[in-house]
Parts: sequence; C-alpha cells; structure tokens
Amino acid sequence: MSTTTVTEGDGPLDRSVDKERRATIAVAAAVGGAGLIAAAVPFVTSFSPSERARAAGAPVEVDIAGIAPGEMRTTEWRGRPVWILNRTPQMLESIRRADKEVADPKSVRTAYPTPAYARNEYRSIKPELLVAVGICTHLGCSPTGPYASGTNAMLGSNAGFLCPCHGSVFDLAGRVFQNMPAPDNLEIPPHKYLSDTLVLVGDDSKA
Amino acid sequence: MAEHKSQYTGLLGWVDARMPTAMSEFKKHMSEYYAPKNFNFWYIFGGLAIVVLVIQIVSGIFLTMHYKPDAGLAFASVEYIMRDVPGGWFIRYMHSTGASFFFIVVYLHMFRALLYGSYRRPRELLWIFGCLLFLMLMAEAFFGYLLPWGQMSYWGAQVIVNLFGAIPFIGPELALFIRGDYVVGDATLNRFFAFHVIAIPLVLLGLVVAHIIALHDVGSNNPDGVEIKAHTDAQGRPLDGVPFHPYYTVHDLYWLSIFLLAFFAVLFFWPEMGGYFLEWNNFIPADPLVTPSHIAPVWYFTPYYSILRAVTEQFMLVLAVAAIGMSALLVLTTSNSIIRGAIAAFSVLLVVLMLVPGVKLDPKFWGVVMMGASVMIFFAMPWLDHSPARSMRYRPKWHFWMLIAWVVAFLILGYLGTQPPSPSKIIVAQVLTLVYFAFFALMPWWSRMGEFKPVPDRITFVPH
Repeated sequence: MSTTTVTEGDGPLDRSVDKERRATIAVAAAVGGAGLIAAAVPFVTSFSPSERARAAGAPVEVDIAGIAPGEMRTTEWRGRPVWILNRTPQMLESIRRADKEVADPKSVRTAYPTPAYARNEYRSIKPELLVAVGICTHLGCSPTGPYASGTNAMLGSNAGFLCPCHGSVFDLAGRVFQNMPAPDNLEIPPHKYLSDTLVLVGDDSKA
Repeated sequence: MAEHKSQYTGLLGWVDARMPTAMSEFKKHMSEYYAPKNFNFWYIFGGLAIVVLVIQIVSGIFLTMHYKPDAGLAFASVEYIMRDVPGGWFIRYMHSTGASFFFIVVYLHMFRALLYGSYRRPRELLWIFGCLLFLMLMAEAFFGYLLPWGQMSYWGAQVIVNLFGAIPFIGPELALFIRGDYVVGDATLNRFFAFHVIAIPLVLLGLVVAHIIALHDVGSNNPDGVEIKAHTDAQGRPLDGVPFHPYYTVHDLYWLSIFLLAFFAVLFFWPEMGGYFLEWNNFIPADPLVTPSHIAPVWYFTPYYSILRAVTEQFMLVLAVAAIGMSALLVLTTSNSIIRGAIAAFSVLLVVLMLVPGVKLDPKFWGVVMMGASVMIFFAMPWLDHSPARSMRYRPKWHFWMLIAWVVAFLILGYLGTQPPSPSKIIVAQVLTLVYFAFFALMPWWSRMGEFKPVPDRITFVPH
C-alpha cells in the first residue's frame, strides 16, 4: 500500500466555510424546528377532554317524591355526586344560626358562582330542598353527612357536612365555615323543578 | 481501516476486536473504577436502588400482560391477577412491595448524602440528577397508584390533580388538562397507565445513567468526606481506593442477600404491612360518589401531605412573620444594595399576597406552594451548606443533632399524614413544618457555626 502525504489545508474539513451552504443549513434548521413545533400541537391538545367527554354531561331528572324530611338522596351528574336534601324546620333553623360562623354567608364569591335563584339564605329554590354538588371546594373529596348538631366533633354544636380529607365543615346550606381549608361554599348546580316531584339537574333554562 | 488488536483471546478477544467499547466501559465503570476503601453500611443503598428498579421493571412488564387500563375493567383485572393468574399474586405483591422498598432505599440513600456531605462541590450535578430521580420516582408512584382503580386510587388522584387546580388563573384549566375529563375517569386512567409503564420509566432510566456517569466522573464521596483523588500512585490510581469490581460488587451482594431476606419476608408474610403498603380502602372499587371516611396517601408521601394540611388561614400569619424574618436576615447579611432591594421588594409582595384582603391568595394555594417547596428545597442543598467540613464526622456534634431533629420532624410529619386531621394534630404539624423549613432556610448560617474538628488528609481506614 502506498502512502500519500496529506498536507495541511487539503483535508475535507480544512476548506474555507461555504457561506451559501451555511445559510442553507440555518434555513433548514429553522424550517425543521417550525415543523417540530407544529407537530407537537396535536400531541399537546390530545390531553384536553375529548369530544365524547365534552358531549357527555346531559342533564338528569331526579324523582324527589320519596325523600322524607331530613333525608338525603345522592344522584350522579357529570360523574359527580349531586345531593338532594329535604331539610326539616329544625335544619333550616340551624342554617340561620350558622350565619355568623360561615365564611361567605351571602354566597358572593365567584369561584363557583351560585345561580341567582339560589343566592339566598338557604341557597335553594324551595327553602326545604337543597340541591348541591357534593364535592368539597378544597381538593374535591365528597363530604360525609348530614350530621345533626352535636354528633360530630369537627362540627361541634352545628349541623352540617364534614369533608373527610382535610376536615372542612359546611352547614346544611353547603356554606363553608370560617378558617377551613375549603375556600368556597359547595357548588349549586343549575337546576329547575319540572313538577312538584321532579327536579332537572344540569339545566335551568326557562322556556 | 486497521483492525483493533485485542489483548484478549478466544470469544472475548473476538468480541473485543469488533466492539472494544464493551471492555473499556466495563473497566471504566467496574474493574478500574476506584471507590474509597472506607465505605460503610450507608453505601449499599445506591446499588440496592438499582436492584429494586430492575424488580419493578420486570414485575411491571408481567403485570401489563394481564392488567386492563379501563375504568370498567381495571379493578377486576387486578383481582383476576391476584386470584386466577398462576403466580399472579406473587408478581403483583412483588410490584407493590417493591414500590414501598424503593422509597425506603432511596430515603436511606439520601440520608447518607446528608450525613457525609455527598452533595458538596464537585458533586452538585450528581446531586441534582439524584433529586430529579427522586421527583420522577414520586411521579411514577403517583401514576401507578391510580391503576388498581380502588377507592384510595380514585380519591388520591382526585386530591392530587386538584392541587394543580389551586394555582391562580390557570389552575382549573390545568387540572382539566391533566385529567382529560371533568372528573377523574377512564381518560385519566388511560393516560396515567401510559405515563406509568413507559414515559416515566424511560426518563428514570436516562436519569440513572446520567447519575452514574456523573458519579464516576467526579468519584465517590466517603464517610470522611475527603477526596481520594488527591493522593494517587504512579499510575494515577487513588491510594485510598479499591476497584469497584470485585471489592464492592461482592460487598454489595452480601448486603443484597440480607435485603432480599427482608423484602421476601414482607412479600410473603406482610404484603399489606398493616395497611401502609397496600391501604385497606383500596380493596373497595372506585366510587366517584362516595369518599371513604378516612383518606391518606401511601406512607412515602405523607410527610409532604402533612405540610399541605398544616397551611390553614391562621397559619398564614405565622408564615408571613417567617417570610419577613427570613428576608430581614437576608437583607442584613447581603452587601449588594440591588440584591437587598430585590429581596425586600419580593418579601413585601409575598406578604401582601399572603395577608392583604382582596388580593391575598387562598391558604389552599399556599399549602400547595409549601408542599412543593418541601420537596424542591433538596435541590438547593449544595448551596445552603457552608460547613468547612463535608462529613458529619468532622462537624460539631450539634450539627449531627440538627440533622437528627430534622429527620424526627420528617418522620412525625409522616405519621401525622396517615392520621385523620384534628385541631391538636394540625398544630403539631404546623410546628414541625416550621422545624422542617428552618433546618434548610437557616443552614447557610448554622452550618458555619461551632467547633470543627481537623479533617484528615487521607481516609481513616483499618485494613481488614
């Protein structure tokens, strides 16, 4: 094998920079980068709820005929528990007593806006019937209850609900007591009465 | 091209001639990697963590052969693995026991680093890779915990995803984005499965490689905290080092056999570990309408969970005072007037957002911030510790007791996190939260104080 002497400036890497090729590389990198970003968009958006998930969540009709005073029925709407509590006069009295101890007695906070027809002391259309989403506004556990006054240590002499996760307590109108982890009152879902014994949860349109 | 002339013969020589990297890497990382002679018990946990990682990957692959990531089928498929798949119970218990042992091993590995200053210069990057590994391990455990689709799986995921919802402005949208639905549901289960079985494990493996490469580049620390590379023989080999293989491979195998005794004792006799490794409520299928009366994360997350719960409306005042005190300390000890101004302005902003009605952010948000900070603060260790000596051996005795006090606070927070909340327990958790953060926040000052012992030039080692 014969040996050739390689002189400096003769190797493939020693030629002077071809400016035109450098510019082509820069343009190719920019276009490729833009393509990568564009290709990432469908991957990122695939994380958002699908069309099927968006379409789900139709309103549900609940028959409330059999709920005796003091009793609560739980139904499911959009995968979440919705409580329908038939409150006795003593229960309504306990709500009035709690006025000074709850954080937002008039439901003015807007994180979970209370519908106008429920922005009253009992947070309901009919005073005795509470319709509320049974999901704590802190981190989304479902509170337990209703507890009568004096039956739960965290509630003390108040009646209401207790969230088992972080100890937030709510009165029987779903109003959170002061100094609790939960910042807001329980959500009141849009709802309307179709008749005296039938409530539609998830839709409050007139017509 | 000229052929690589191998020094080996036979099959090894044949391979070596065609892929010399195999032997050169084996030498670099095993037979010619010099580790300090004075390693003690605390140095077994890195190797054990790799073994547990392999256990998790192998048992995990076999579980995916029978598991169904579908909200309607998941719970029953896990029971199917436990009852009907031959050997299924063994594989599943190996995976669930492995998860808890992974955290036991990693926590002890991290304690070793705190004890001997293994995060100190030039090992900052090694430490950062380790912290990232810890974060990814937590993500891996969290995603995996949803898969059995029991009550704890469901409500645990609900609570943790809602933590992201506490971030101002973008929070609710972000939580929706993570769940992929308006509630934790099938979409959530499917994506968590994808993260758990492929996305996070790939990141974990990459980080393990980076962690080990960084370790082998700078060399291992040791219980004396002295650099063995400072004294080398004529060939450049550290005088105080021995080849990792065979010396430490044999040493680690001995401890591995003891570790496996403990591991299989738990697997065979106490796989649920009294409800700590497998929580009782997770034997009930997920029910989106009813939260169990007591929910708590698995034991390895409970210290951070306690810190989250400790941040209440009343505690905000204490936190604001602590923030003011901390910024006062920083302002008094900083000479640069621009930095002083920035610290003061930042602390004023912080206190306004904590306390002033109308603009203040909910305690719920600050709880999430504190919980995040309790994990992220580990990253700062190399820059918080200003002690002249790396190892606790040559630091004042009370430095050691500071570390132990912090460990005790961590353990009690962990215990409290497993318990239902009560007013007195919340106060204890609040005090310990302050202890937890004071240990780190005041470290730049306390780590310099006290009487240090002279650090030896060479390691202390008795041949045996």
